[in-house]
Amino acid sequence: MEIETTIETKNLNLYYGDFRALNDVNIKIPGRNVTAIIGPSGCGKSTLLRCFNRMNDLTENAKVQGKIIIEGNNILELETDLIFLRKKVGMVFQRPNVFDLSIYNNLKFGLRIHRMLSDKDHIMQAIQSGLEQVNLWQELKDKLRKNARSLTLEQQQRLCIARVIILKPDIILLDEPCSALDPIATLRIEELLRILRQQYTLVIVTHNMQQAARVSDYTGFMYLGQLIEFGETNQIFTNPGEKLTENYISGYFG
Amino acid sequence: MTREIFKKHIQTLEKEVTEMGEMVVTAINRSIEALKVLDSEAAEKIIADDVKINKKRWDIEEKCINLIATQQPVASDLREIIAVLSIATDLERMGDHAEGIGKIVILHGKEPLIKPLVDIPQMADICVDMLKRSIDAFLKRDAAAATAICAEDDKVDLLHEQVYRVLLSYMIENPRVITYATYLIWAAHNLERIADRVTNICERIVFLTTGSMHEINVSRY
Repeated sequence: MEIETTIETKNLNLYYGDFRALNDVNIKIPGRNVTAIIGPSGCGKSTLLRCFNRMNDLTENAKVQGKIIIEGNNILELETDLIFLRKKVGMVFQRPNVFDLSIYNNLKFGLRIHRMLSDKDHIMQAIQSGLEQVNLWQELKDKLRKNARSLTLEQQQRLCIARVIILKPDIILLDEPCSALDPIATLRIEELLRILRQQYTLVIVTHNMQQAARVSDYTGFMYLGQLIEFGETNQIFTNPGEKLTENYISGYFG
Repeated sequence: MTREIFKKHIQTLEKEVTEMGEMVVTAINRSIEALKVLDSEAAEKIIADDVKINKKRWDIEEKCINLIATQQPVASDLREIIAVLSIATDLERMGDHAEGIGKIVILHGKEPLIKPLVDIPQMADICVDMLKRSIDAFLKRDAAAATAICAEDDKVDLLHEQVYRVLLSYMIENPRVITYATYLIWAAHNLERIADRVTNICERIVFLTTGSMHEINVSRY
């Protein structure tokens, strides 16, 4: 069965000033799957991820060339509605970045920004659904007025994922989402990602190769700004096509 | 260079597989020598020594499990450990086949051989040669050599058929030799199985070097 491509880049180059951080990246990210991007520090994996919702626009000196096609549109076109794009392509960061607000208001925040507010019942429904999808509803349903910062780091990260989900995105980008978490919390977040892939396209950047192997369906290996290899995770971790990929995943460099 | 310790562990595994291969070669050679002269004392020693081969297999398997659990090997490192696990199992079974020939020697007792052995020692020579070369191909990661070794299984199969036909004619001619002729057919069958196990090893070498898992030479038995 042909799997639909959700994100496609064509000859994507990104420069920070004179430094070429992405070098002719051509990638097709399959929909409703988890794709992991791995590679040594500075290889461009986070830069690539941040291109998918144009977060690099916020970086001074960043210049992008090429195409990024999402749902048939090149999101690098000037007329792209960035607010809408970032709603469709949500992002979760390394450290949970909950706002210094109640759990309820953290979740309501995005709805307000995106003018998705309606009556209180609908907001509550959306919040419940978001928290249910990240397995937090049972734990937090009676504590929605508590400050989100009082939660454990794992709960905060789940809340951040819920805050993305509540806006009904198609794609969720995750930049090292477990790097601040302990191993058990990490495994629980990974299990959550496996469930979320049924509804969303997930792209995860990770330093942790075992995590990429456990959690993803597809893996891309990047090195010095280039996408060296992209393929099914099983194949990449048992019989990669490129020697460079093999040496990296086997721990012989990086 | 990273992962020096891991590489040393892999080298140790390779050394252990080589040693185990040598133990099996010795067992096969001794079993045929014992069969030729019906030396039951030597046969008892082969049976006793098979315990050492079995232990070697468990030692190798334990090392492989520890490496998988502690080092998270992937790609060719993972394929190598999986190949070693499989090769150790095949070698252990070959040891059992040599032991089987030893048991036949004991069953045969003092009754003289119904005929001088010609094809059976030749089968054993080919098996030993195939086995030695397969271990060498494993150490050199030589998929072409491994594939070539598999082709030689046909020679062993043909000799096996020949042994069977000749002994069948002896039995037809003189039904009183049926028991002893059957013993020799069993001995030949053990060797035929040893050659099949060598082809398994060769298939693992191809898997280790290319990642492809497939049967190279389908045995007739």
